[in-house]
Amino acid sequence: MNRLPKLLLIAAVSVPVAANAHKGWLAPSKTVLDVDQWITVDAGVSTEPFVRDHNAMRLDNLVIVAPDGSTVAPENASTGKLRSTFDLQLKQAGTYRVAVVNEGLMASWEEDGKPKRWRGNAATFASEVPAKAKGLKVSESQGRLETFATAGKPNDGALKPTGKGLELQPVSGIADLFAGEDATFRFLLDGKPAANLDVEVIRDGTRYRNAIGEQHLKTDAEGLVKLSWAVPGLHWISASVQDGKTSVPQAKERRASYTATVEVLSP
Amino acid sequence: MKRHHLLPLLAALGALPAQAAQLDVSVQIPQLDVAEYHRPYVAVWVEREDRSVAAHLSVWYQVKRGGPNAGGPPPVGADGKPQSGTKWLPDLRQWWRRGGRDLSMPADGLSSATKPVGSHEQSFGDQSPLAALPPGRYKLVVEAAREDGGRELVDLAFDWPARTATRLEAQGKSELGAVRVAVKP
Repeated sequence: MNRLPKLLLIAAVSVPVAANAHKGWLAPSKTVLDVDQWITVDAGVSTEPFVRDHNAMRLDNLVIVAPDGSTVAPENASTGKLRSTFDLQLKQAGTYRVAVVNEGLMASWEEDGKPKRWRGNAATFASEVPAKAKGLKVSESQGRLETFATAGKPNDGALKPTGKGLELQPVSGIADLFAGEDATFRFLLDGKPAANLDVEVIRDGTRYRNAIGEQHLKTDAEGLVKLSWAVPGLHWISASVQDGKTSVPQAKERRASYTATVEVLSP
Repeated sequence: MKRHHLLPLLAALGALPAQAAQLDVSVQIPQLDVAEYHRPYVAVWVEREDRSVAAHLSVWYQVKRGGPNAGGPPPVGADGKPQSGTKWLPDLRQWWRRGGRDLSMPADGLSSATKPVGSHEQSFGDQSPLAALPPGRYKLVVEAAREDGGRELVDLAFDWPARTATRLEAQGKSELGAVRVAVKP
């Protein structure tokens, strides 16, 4: 009899994992442009990348880094039913990094016989979650979703790793991706090469073909992965890891995920 | 007997100074039967075997704001300013990545206005960037992109400087017509 609530609790805790079946994506209108040109970016969450049929992505944690390393604000940001959208004028020459960064802690426990759930961060954890909560379970997540746009000559002023969570470091130029050519990227976890990481790649246009056609690759010992593109278009590149490197001792597990959208041009 | 040996020797000597080496390029812009025609943007450059740019030769684009159809008010962009013709330069995708994006437009001796249908001749000799090229195998690359149209790239491999006068020709299929190169020693 006592077992049922426990099962429910486990189910509740595992919900966030199930929710990851939906993929977050950013869809830039163009990524290779000249100075002063505009791009517009859609952001959503759906079963298949770039298919606007589920939920808009919240833009609260949108961070746009300009080529000189400064942070710039998007324009005309709005959130619709199926996708959010914003515009960005590339006023500086170089490469912009557009990122949605979600970091946080999730806790669940039992209070007066009822399950309680909480979301927050390391700073508010101590004051908002009772220290001696019954059946306390805490997990941490660090998610980073990015795309890039380059005006004129590319640079790496916006591409410096933050050293937190899972990140991508372009080895081949991010503005020089062409079908029929290989591209190399490095994945970093907390700023260090992420070896043996599973990387999934999905090309845009899943709705108009019978198979998703995802590719699975693995990073090598240096965190490097070599991708080859058969066809031009937007590509969704994603990876995630789980480990025990958490920011509060109560959290037993951290899930770090990274997703990038890159544009591959025809040669 | 001696004379026979002398001739090739003289020819070799003649090739050494390479003072009059010249590259003639002819690019044909084809007549297209389309409702809305805009002249293509065309870039011509010389590529090394590793595909890096050895020399930019020419870029034809809408240099003047407002463009060649001026008469009425120039087209205005979303920012309220007249639209710059450089907006479509990234559509010359290979040229852009190989070095077009490093240049500031308009560029002296390089950029000029878009050209009408027909064959357009250009000559590059002592005064061109080709004069400084070390001898080797190169590719002449011509890329064309047209607003509301397509994009095409045609290339021709040649030796520079040429030992003998050489003529090469390639035929574009859509945005380019005949591309001819004459390399003179």
